[in-house]
Amino acid sequence: MKFKIPNSRFQIPNSGSVVVDTIEGQRTTDNRHFTIALAGNPNAGKTTLFNVLTGMRQKVANYPGVTVERKEGFWQLNGSENTARLIDLPGLYSLDATSLDEQIARDVLLGKVADSPKPNALIAVVDATNLERNLYLVIQLLEFKIPVVIALTMVDTAEKQSLEIDTDKLSHLLQIPVVRVKATQKQGIEELAKKVLQAAKTEATPNFVWLSNADFINNTDEDDIHLSLSDNTAANKKIFARYNFISDVYQEAVKPKDTLERSVSEKIDHILTHKFFGLAILIGILLLVFQTIFSWANLPMDLLDKGFGALGDFARAEMPEGILTDLLVDGVITGVGGVVVFLPQILLLFLFLSILEDTGYMARAAFLLDKLMSRVGLHGKAFLPLLSSFACAIPGIMATRTIENPKDRLATIMIAPFMSCSARLPVYTLMIAAFFAGQTVFGFLSLGAVLILAMYALGIMVAVIVAFILKRTILKSPTPPFVMELPPYRLPNFRTVFQNMFIRAGLFLKRAGTVILAISIILWALTAFPRISHQSSVISYQSATPENDEQQTTDSEQLKNSYAGKFGHIIEPVIEPLGFDWKIGVALIASFAAREVLVSTLSIIYNVGKEETEESASLINAVRDAKKDDGTKAWTPLTALTLMVFFVLAMQCMSTVAVVRRETNSWAWALFMVGYMTGLAYLAAFLTYQGGRLLGFG
Amino acid sequence: MNLTNLPIGTQAKVVAVNGNNAITKRLMEMGVVPGVSVRVIKSAPFSDPLEIRVRGYHLAMRKNEADAIEVSK
Ligand SMILES: Nc1nc2c(ncn2[C@@H]2O[C@H](COP(=O)(O)OP(=O)(O)OP(=O)(O)O)[C@@H](O)[C@H]2O)c(=O)[nH]1
Ligand SMILES: [Mg+2]
Repeated sequence: MKFKIPNSRFQIPNSGSVVVDTIEGQRTTDNRHFTIALAGNPNAGKTTLFNVLTGMRQKVANYPGVTVERKEGFWQLNGSENTARLIDLPGLYSLDATSLDEQIARDVLLGKVADSPKPNALIAVVDATNLERNLYLVIQLLEFKIPVVIALTMVDTAEKQSLEIDTDKLSHLLQIPVVRVKATQKQGIEELAKKVLQAAKTEATPNFVWLSNADFINNTDEDDIHLSLSDNTAANKKIFARYNFISDVYQEAVKPKDTLERSVSEKIDHILTHKFFGLAILIGILLLVFQTIFSWANLPMDLLDKGFGALGDFARAEMPEGILTDLLVDGVITGVGGVVVFLPQILLLFLFLSILEDTGYMARAAFLLDKLMSRVGLHGKAFLPLLSSFACAIPGIMATRTIENPKDRLATIMIAPFMSCSARLPVYTLMIAAFFAGQTVFGFLSLGAVLILAMYALGIMVAVIVAFILKRTILKSPTPPFVMELPPYRLPNFRTVFQNMFIRAGLFLKRAGTVILAISIILWALTAFPRISHQSSVISYQSATPENDEQQTTDSEQLKNSYAGKFGHIIEPVIEPLGFDWKIGVALIASFAAREVLVSTLSIIYNVGKEETEESASLINAVRDAKKDDGTKAWTPLTALTLMVFFVLAMQCMSTVAVVRRETNSWAWALFMVGYMTGLAYLAAFLTYQGGRLLGFG
Repeated sequence: MNLTNLPIGTQAKVVAVNGNNAITKRLMEMGVVPGVSVRVIKSAPFSDPLEIRVRGYHLAMRKNEADAIEVSK
């Protein structure tokens, strides 16, 4: 296998876009099936508009680079008469694309993609509060003779800033239709449909002369400003000419606001990104989030836990005794339920993440911590993919498409899974609830919140070190530049926040219903087979054990002699130095499919081998009371901590491996990631456990 | 004078964007062209990166990039 650095310029992974019937041919003229694409700068409001037009629910957030792949839906243009295929695209500042996400957008816009017809017309999504820069792309599109209709977004904000835009004049000067839209209030949608339909049918494009006219370009030099467009390349001249034109248009069509007054956004920002307090505020916000997750989620979690317990008891009572009931109760309900009880924590985490994303604070956090990123040698833009990896590494890895240099992109992909994702939360929560609950630090911070923050911090620290090493060895390249737009602060939109939260929570539940369900059934089978016959075990233990312990003995004998038990004993020597017994080992191995599986496997194992006296003890108690074969406690606080450390660092997620392979187009990188992360995890867990013992814990 | 040397809070006009590479091109495409006025809003902890305001929006860039932008008051 060869480690090749994928060149993003030539390789665009298949997007996971919605599959729609492909319409053959270039620029279909069938009136009923137009193809319309959304073009615009990052964060201009393309996806917000797309969602309203198609009724779909793609992710919207207040930072540049949210959409990184092509998405398609259907838009009813006027009643049911005309339906358009609407394409949402990543944002781009210029058609001279520099990163993978921009290339994807450019290729669709210019009709260079094989499986997508050239759009009949484009909706240029233009942020009214940021008109000049947004118009740059529009001008470029017009140069390509593509029919364009401008949808002016953020007009509500522009109005508040008393920024007056004369849309008629703008339309007249650019010779294309301009429509004000307030997507969330469904205003301007009908007019937009009308204008787009017209543009698609007539294919009319304005006839500009400014670029083909060489004189015009030369004339720009007459300005009193000394122009040293170093090297005076033709490309730079073009940029300059376009902006000259835009400035003229802007001066005629816009009555600018008084720029001296500091906006509210700037005032807020003055505090939140303060030179000295900014970092403290960032840490404070995170602590508050974790603290809240713990205190709010406890009650609903207990209720869910009791609910699943009752469900299991009910099924056990109502169904005939037998293997099918065992499968349902000990496998399905215990395994899936064990994971689903953590839904409250997950929902809260996603709620807070979504709020932070929609306020615009995320981009500021990137700004605050950029010095660290540049010391490490990472691209400043790497910060946002890493942040989104706190929900799940998969969208995080996809978001690295915004990074221009393939080596920098690869370095970011390699460290993204160190960010503690939501699948680790059930594991952390279980360990903390079982061994560190109710304790506080400094009297007011819950130990749980501090420990979780420490786990997140450990992941970040290791990521930083690994990136530092990668960037100086196999991915050696100079520290990349960083230029990033900082969006204005916005009040989080209620609908956007809840939509983002439920999309993510839906994925968590889907995993519980598919991957976790399947693994639970397999694991149950591995613990339940081969079956030792009830008869023989009764006989062999009759003399040794009192009558009332008979069932328990049978159960734990069953577990010990099952396939899982045998396998657990084989690997026990490997995990013993980490303080884990074979039961934990089985759960640990199973969790390499997906991290939450640890929780469901422990549920199943402790349930199968449970004591007769316990009806349906909660998993927390089961973990606390679990015993090793020699009768000593299987878990101590030190074991719990060791397990958490292991989970911070180990690469235990099949889906992530698959995505890394796809995005890097190489199995070598994907397997390298699994190998080095898991090696690090073992080492760190070993040091934690043995170090802890030397210090007298556990 | 470079943008890096511009005191925080002051406004200046861009005179030139020096160097001819992908990042200076991108800066120009984002509106930082000769003749435009810019204002330095603030710098992050450790004085890097900078936040500037140009054409009505906010742009963050590392000092390395800001060095390429020549300004005059
Ligand atoms: N005030 C206001 N906010 C809007 C409007 N349209 C979108 N937004 C907000 O602007 C931000 C960006 O919106 P998106 O739809 O994600 O922008 P996008 O163009 O798809 O961004 P990328 O996918 O990153 O290129 C979000 O916080 C939206 O809630 C609008 O008309 N008015
Ligand atoms: Mg988008």
